[in-house]
Amino acid sequence: MTRNYKIDVDCPACAAKMEAAAKKVEGVKDAVVNFMALKMKVDFEEGTDPGAVMPSVRKACKRVEADCEVFI
Amino acid sequence: MTMTAKQKKTFGRIIIAALMVVVLHFIPSTGLLRFILYMIPYLVIGYDILLKAARNIAHGQVFDECFLMCVATLGAIALAIWEGSGDYTEAVAVMLFYQIGEFFQGYAVSKSRKSISELMDIRPDSANIEQDGSLVTVDPDDVAVGSIIVVRPGEKVPIDGVVTSGASSLDTSALTGEPVPRSIHEGDEVASGCVNLSGEIHIRTTKEAGESTASKILDLVENAGSRKSRSEDFITRFSRVYTPAVCIAALALALLPPLVRLAMGLAPTWHDWIYRALTFLVISCPCALVISIPLSFFAGIGGASREGVLVKGSNYLEALSKVRTVVFDKTGTLTKGVFTVNEVHHNKLPRQEVLGLAAHAEASSSHPVARSIEAAWDGKVDRKRIAGIQEYPGEGVTASVDDKAVAVGNGRLMSRLGIEAPGCHCSGTLVHVAVDGSYEGHLVISDVIKPNAKAAIDALHASGVQRCVMLTGDRMEAAKDTASSLGIDEVHAQLLPGDKVSALEGLMDGSGKALTAFVGDGINDAPVLSRADVGIAMGAMGSDAAIEAADVVLMDDDPLKVAKAIRLSRRCMRIVWENIIFALGVKGICLLLGAFGIANMWLAIFADVGVMVIAVLNAIRALKAGRT
Repeated sequence: MTRNYKIDVDCPACAAKMEAAAKKVEGVKDAVVNFMALKMKVDFEEGTDPGAVMPSVRKACKRVEADCEVFI
Repeated sequence: MTMTAKQKKTFGRIIIAALMVVVLHFIPSTGLLRFILYMIPYLVIGYDILLKAARNIAHGQVFDECFLMCVATLGAIALAIWEGSGDYTEAVAVMLFYQIGEFFQGYAVSKSRKSISELMDIRPDSANIEQDGSLVTVDPDDVAVGSIIVVRPGEKVPIDGVVTSGASSLDTSALTGEPVPRSIHEGDEVASGCVNLSGEIHIRTTKEAGESTASKILDLVENAGSRKSRSEDFITRFSRVYTPAVCIAALALALLPPLVRLAMGLAPTWHDWIYRALTFLVISCPCALVISIPLSFFAGIGGASREGVLVKGSNYLEALSKVRTVVFDKTGTLTKGVFTVNEVHHNKLPRQEVLGLAAHAEASSSHPVARSIEAAWDGKVDRKRIAGIQEYPGEGVTASVDDKAVAVGNGRLMSRLGIEAPGCHCSGTLVHVAVDGSYEGHLVISDVIKPNAKAAIDALHASGVQRCVMLTGDRMEAAKDTASSLGIDEVHAQLLPGDKVSALEGLMDGSGKALTAFVGDGINDAPVLSRADVGIAMGAMGSDAAIEAADVVLMDDDPLKVAKAIRLSRRCMRIVWENIIFALGVKGICLLLGAFGIANMWLAIFADVGVMVIAVLNAIRALKAGRT
């Protein structure tokens, strides 16, 4: 299952960091951050609940880039 | 100039710090006082960078630009204290210009984001439905398929549908880039995103809002950035290597020369080499590249959308620029896909009689050729005259009309029936007619070539496409005729739908340098579209299958747009390469000058910020598709 989330981040390098961090979160199969459109596309593992996974994605992103935001 | 709260704050800090530096320049101060005075503007402008660097180090992320800026500026301050020169201006200036650069970058990015979203402002937020005689405004998402919506003049069509009453003209330019309005009447299909210009129309929706054309286009453009091009990947990989490499070089520059000098018995001149190393760090930021390349692609894709050329990703934009062979599926791309009877070569029976019999025999066929015969006949089909229709797929039909045995079809049908059918010198598809076993002549049917088809092929050749190829199911003579009148280089005729993929594969070069694009109308050619290096679907307004299967979608059915798409992609790629070469060139020169002590930190930061500003401005140029 794939879902799109709005994000806020200042620079493309930070966006790349967010992408790398989001990919490592458990339950996330793949994540792509589109800096220009300010969107994050998350592909979840089979049978996971996005509502349960997204808070940890947000936390992981905040850890690498404190100024960023993921709107869940 | 509109700024976000964050941008306003940064702008204020830049002004305050700049003023303080100027004022401090005229206040004579020495020693500790001078240090404290200069630390005020330094902290005003740089506190967030310092904090961020500290926080990132705590999280194990060392090599980022904040860290580099901190090391460079703190190092410069330490040198000023060590040498006792009290020259802190440099450190403050580096931080100041770095922030100006960041500010400008953020502003440019949000500006181009805004102009693209304005460009793509094709999805209305509301729809009008009639309830108990009065209009009610609702969210388009709440409108069920099959509802009747009302679109007043000046409003955008919110959901795809069919006009049930009213007539008007529609401005489709937001979708197709086509400036001439399209007139619509009852029964016409309308796509969401068009602007209703003159009269009120009622539309029965055929899709949900989220599945409508406007939403599909927006999703497509917004997701385009997720598919990265090879140039973008290159930059990402490059910057991952570049920054650490320059840092290591800086460390080497700070340590090795002084140690060598020591070993040679010379004065080590530590501060001199450390200063050069710090200059290196300032140059080590790959910002100009990291921001301008994705921005160029983003602007390029946005600019192309405005022209009715939707590109599904930066990778396809890049591929499009390398296309050297363009393969057209004839029907629906070079021709209108609408057949007309051009000539009737009749034998003994009069012309109208032959046409009438053929029209009756073909009455129940839905084939476009059959429809064209009916349209060419003046009379009206009377189904009572027809009996015993038998279809021969791929050949034709036989039927009894007015108790005469009528056979209508191609040469294969005629030879099956043992009737000798003569050939014809003319171009087009031949439909033979036989009545009671005797040959009564043939109809010459051809597809109408689009008015712009010839201009489109010429434009492709002019833009450096080496080969234009046409694939068609027609017989060779007819295909060759069309091809030579259009200036097509190569023809593959008499293809069955399944043969098209292998015909395309035969044309693809496979070296990855000269790419092959396939242009189709999205009907029945999805496998070919996806097999080609670049699949271009044409006339996609309302055709979901085409939007799904293709890499590049042309919103209207004008073949000239193919050449336009290629030109736009080349322009964007040129801008990308200009930026890559310019940014790397200037950085390289500055690194060299820095190593030899010719460039100081001022020059380094000017080069860094200047290159970034120029590269960003250049990138934004891609947005203006203009007259290319």
